[in-house]
Amino acid sequence: MSAVPPVEVEHHENYLNTSYGVWSWLLTTDHKRIGLLYLVSVTFFFFVGGFFATLIRLHLMTPQGTLVDAATYNKMFTMHGVVMVFFFLIPAIPTVLGNFLVPLMIGAKDLAFPRLNLASWYIFNAGGLLMIYSVMRGGLDTGWTFYPPYSSLYSNTHVVSAVLGIFIAGFSSILTGLNFLVTVHTMRAPGMTWGRLPLFVWSHYATSIIFVLGTPVIAITLALVGIERIFHLGIFDPSLGGDPVLFQHLFWFYSHPAVYIMVLPGMAVTTELITTFSRKRLFGYGFVAAASIAIAVIGFFVWGHHMFVAGQSFYASMVFSILSYLVAIPSAIKVFNWTATLYKGSISWATPMLYGLGFIGLFVMGGMTGLFLSALGVDVHVHDTYFVVAHFHYIMVGGTVMAYLGGLHYWWPKMSGRMYPEGLAKFAAVVLFIGFNLTFFPQFVLGYLGMPRRYHSYSPEFQVLNVMSTAGASILAVGYLLPMAYFIWSMRYGPIAGPNPWPGTGLEWLTASPPPEKNFEVTPVVTWDAYDFPNRHDLKYPAPTPGFTPAQTWPPE
Amino acid sequence: MIADVPLFPESASHLSEQTDNLFWFLFGVSAFISVLIFLLIAVFAIKYHRRAPNEIGAPISGSLKLEIAWTVIPFVIAMIMFAWGARLFFNMAHPPPQAMQIFVVAKQWMWKAQHPEGRIEINELHVPVNRDVMLTMTSQDVIHDLFIPAFRIKADVLPNRYTSMWFRASKPGRYHLFCAEYCGTNHALMGGWVTVMEPADFEDWLSRGERGRSMVESGAVLFQNYKCANCHVEDGSGHAPSLMGVYGAPVRLTTGQTITADDAYLRESILNPRAKIVAGYRPEMPSFQRILNEEQVLQLIAYIKTMSAGKPLQTTGSELSNPAR
Repeated sequence: MSAVPPVEVEHHENYLNTSYGVWSWLLTTDHKRIGLLYLVSVTFFFFVGGFFATLIRLHLMTPQGTLVDAATYNKMFTMHGVVMVFFFLIPAIPTVLGNFLVPLMIGAKDLAFPRLNLASWYIFNAGGLLMIYSVMRGGLDTGWTFYPPYSSLYSNTHVVSAVLGIFIAGFSSILTGLNFLVTVHTMRAPGMTWGRLPLFVWSHYATSIIFVLGTPVIAITLALVGIERIFHLGIFDPSLGGDPVLFQHLFWFYSHPAVYIMVLPGMAVTTELITTFSRKRLFGYGFVAAASIAIAVIGFFVWGHHMFVAGQSFYASMVFSILSYLVAIPSAIKVFNWTATLYKGSISWATPMLYGLGFIGLFVMGGMTGLFLSALGVDVHVHDTYFVVAHFHYIMVGGTVMAYLGGLHYWWPKMSGRMYPEGLAKFAAVVLFIGFNLTFFPQFVLGYLGMPRRYHSYSPEFQVLNVMSTAGASILAVGYLLPMAYFIWSMRYGPIAGPNPWPGTGLEWLTASPPPEKNFEVTPVVTWDAYDFPNRHDLKYPAPTPGFTPAQTWPPE
Repeated sequence: MIADVPLFPESASHLSEQTDNLFWFLFGVSAFISVLIFLLIAVFAIKYHRRAPNEIGAPISGSLKLEIAWTVIPFVIAMIMFAWGARLFFNMAHPPPQAMQIFVVAKQWMWKAQHPEGRIEINELHVPVNRDVMLTMTSQDVIHDLFIPAFRIKADVLPNRYTSMWFRASKPGRYHLFCAEYCGTNHALMGGWVTVMEPADFEDWLSRGERGRSMVESGAVLFQNYKCANCHVEDGSGHAPSLMGVYGAPVRLTTGQTITADDAYLRESILNPRAKIVAGYRPEMPSFQRILNEEQVLQLIAYIKTMSAGKPLQTTGSELSNPAR
C-alpha cells in the first residue's frame, strides 16, 4: 500500500456524484455510467455462465457422470457456451472498458451517439433476458454452435427463444461498433492524430469493424434456424431440401471473426499494461497497430478451418489452412513486440502487470496450439476433442478474461477513484494463473488421447485427467470470487487513488479520478506520441530512494 | 493409479504414425518458441525490475530489422507446417482404389456397419490388419462423426450425402470408436469398438454369425420386389434408361450437362428422381424416400454396380468389395 500516492482530501464533482437515484443511472447518456451499467450486466452473465461451468466440471469427476443425466448435461454445456460467448466474452471488454475509455483516451466528451449507446445497453439486456427466459423455461441443448438439422428439427428444447435472444443482442454489438467507429473518426482531440492513438483505441477500432460487418451474418443465420424450426422452410435441413453444411459456412463466417472480437480487445488492454508498467514506449507501434487491422481483415477469411472434417472440398480446406497460418503471423508480431517492450524497461510487478504478463503466456499457449489445429492432417485427429476445448479456453479465458481483469485493476482507480488492496489482488492473480493452467492443460492431453467434447460420460482411462481439471476449476473459482469481493470492498474503503496513480501516459490519466461528467475541464491538446514516457514532462513519479541512482530517471540529466 | 494414466494414444494405423510425426514436429517448434518467449519475459521482468520509484525505461521505440525477422521467420515456419499438414491430409482424402469397402449408416445413437458379404454389426467394426479399408458413410438423421483415435482419423457423417474415409490398421487389437459430432441426448453413448484381426481370423469372422444375404443379393431382391426392371429394361427400350454398365459411366441429362454416375448420383436418383433427368426420358419415376432406408439404398447401389452387359443378375457379394480379387 506504500505505493499509493498522497490522499486527495478535497471533494470534487465527478460523474458518480453529479446526480443520484436509479433514474439518473437508467436514463444516463454518459458513456462512463453506461460502461458501469454494462459492468453490472456482463458480471451477472459471467456468473451465470460460470455456474454452468461449475456444474459441468463437478459432473465430469467420474466417468459415468456424478451429477445429472445426459439431457441435462447437454443443456449445461450449451448454456455455458451461449451465455459466455454471446453475453460475456464478446461484449465484456468493448462495452465496459471500451465504453468507459475510448472517449477519454481520445480526449472526447462522450461517444458520438450517447443515446444510441444507452439504447445498446437496453437492447443487450433485452436479448440477455430472453436468453435467461429460455434457460428458466428448461434451457436448450444444441451446443452454442446450433448445428442443424439437430437444432432445426430434432432438438425439443427452447431453440427459438434462444436464437431470438442472440439475434436481439447482436444489434447491441452492431450499434456499439458503429458508435466507436464514428467516435474515433470524428471526435479526436486536437493533436490526437491516428499515429498517436493508444493501441487500445486501435484495437477497438479493429474490433468495431468486425462488429459491424460480421454480426448481421450471425443474426440472419440464427434467424433462419428459427424460421426453419417454426415454418419448416427447407434451408438447412436436408430432408426439406436444405443443406446443413451451408449453415456451418454462415455460422463460422461470423463466429470465427468473433474470436477476434474477443481477443483483440484483450490485446488492446495488454498493450496498455505492458507499456505503463515498463514505463517504456511500445516497441514497434506501427507494426502492432497494423497487426490489429490485419487480424480483423484476414480473420474474415479463415472460417472454413472449423470444417476440415465436415465434408467440404479438399481444395477449400487447403486454402483455409494456409489462410489460418497467415492470420497467426500478426498475432506473433504482437507477442514479439510486447516482449521486446520489456527489454530495458522499468518493470513494475503491480497487479495489472501480472495479468498483462499472464495474458502473454496463456495467449502464446493458445496461439501455438492453434498452429496444431491449422495443420490439416493433425486437425483430423484433434477436431471436436478436448484439444479444441483447451485451445479456445486458453485464448478466451486465459487471454480475454485475464486481460479483462487486468484492465479492471488498471483502470479501477480511474473508474472508482479508489485503489484495490494490492497484496490481496496479487494473490488472486497468482491463484487465477495456477487454477487456469491446472483446469485446462490436462484437457490438451485428453484431446490428443481422443476424448471427444460434449460427452456426459467417458471412458474410465480419462478419469485422472478430468479430476485434475475439476480440481483446477475449483481453484480458478476462488480466483474469480476474490476480485469481485475486494472491488466491492474498495468502492468504500479503498485508499483514494488520485488522477494518475501509476502513472500512465493516456489522456484518461490527465483528468481527475473519477473523471468529471464531461471528462475534461479543458479539452486536452496532444503534442506527444502514445506511451512517450521520456518526453512527458507532466508525469509525476514518487520521490526516489535516497542514495540510489537508477539507469534512466525523470527528469533526465 | 497415476502411473496407469495414459498420456499418449495408442498408434494402430499406417496414418497414425505419420500424424504423430507431424504432431511432434509441431510440438517441438512451438515448445521451443514458447519457452524462448517465457524465458525472455521472465529474464526481462527480473533483470529490469524497477529499482527506484522514479525510474523510467530506455528510450527505444522499435527496430525494423527485428520486425522483419520476426515476421519472415514465423511465416517460413508456418508454411512448412502448412505443407506438411496438407500432404498428410492429401493421403487421408484419397483412398487407394483397391480398398476393401464397408458401408456405415449412423442414426441417433448407433453405428450400423454392413460388410458387402452380408454381415451387419452394430457399434462394432471388424477389419483385417494390413489391408486398406474404405468406409462409405451416411446418416439417417442428424450429423454424426465417426472417430477412431487409435487410427487418428475422423469424418463427419451427414444426412443426404455420402462421405468416406479410409485407413490401414497396423496392429491387431480393440480400439475405441466414438461419435465426435454432437448429435443429441446420448451422443456420448454413441460409440463402440473397432476390432482389428489377422486376415485369416477376419475371413473366419465374416463367414460366421447369422450370415444373411450379401449386400448385392439383398439389392437384387429389392430390385425385384420393387419391380425396377419393369421400367429399367436391360436393352433400354423401357420407360427408364437401362442400368447396364451405368455405374462409373457418363450420363447425359436433359439440361445438356454430362455427369458421372457415382454413388451419390445413384442415391439421389433413387430418393429424389426428379433432381436429374436423363436426356430422352420423362420424369416419371416415383421417389423412394419414404420406402427405402439408407441401408437398403446402399444395397441397391451395390447391386446396380454389378449390372453390366452379359452378366447374370445374380452375383456374389465378394465381387463388389474388391474388383481385383
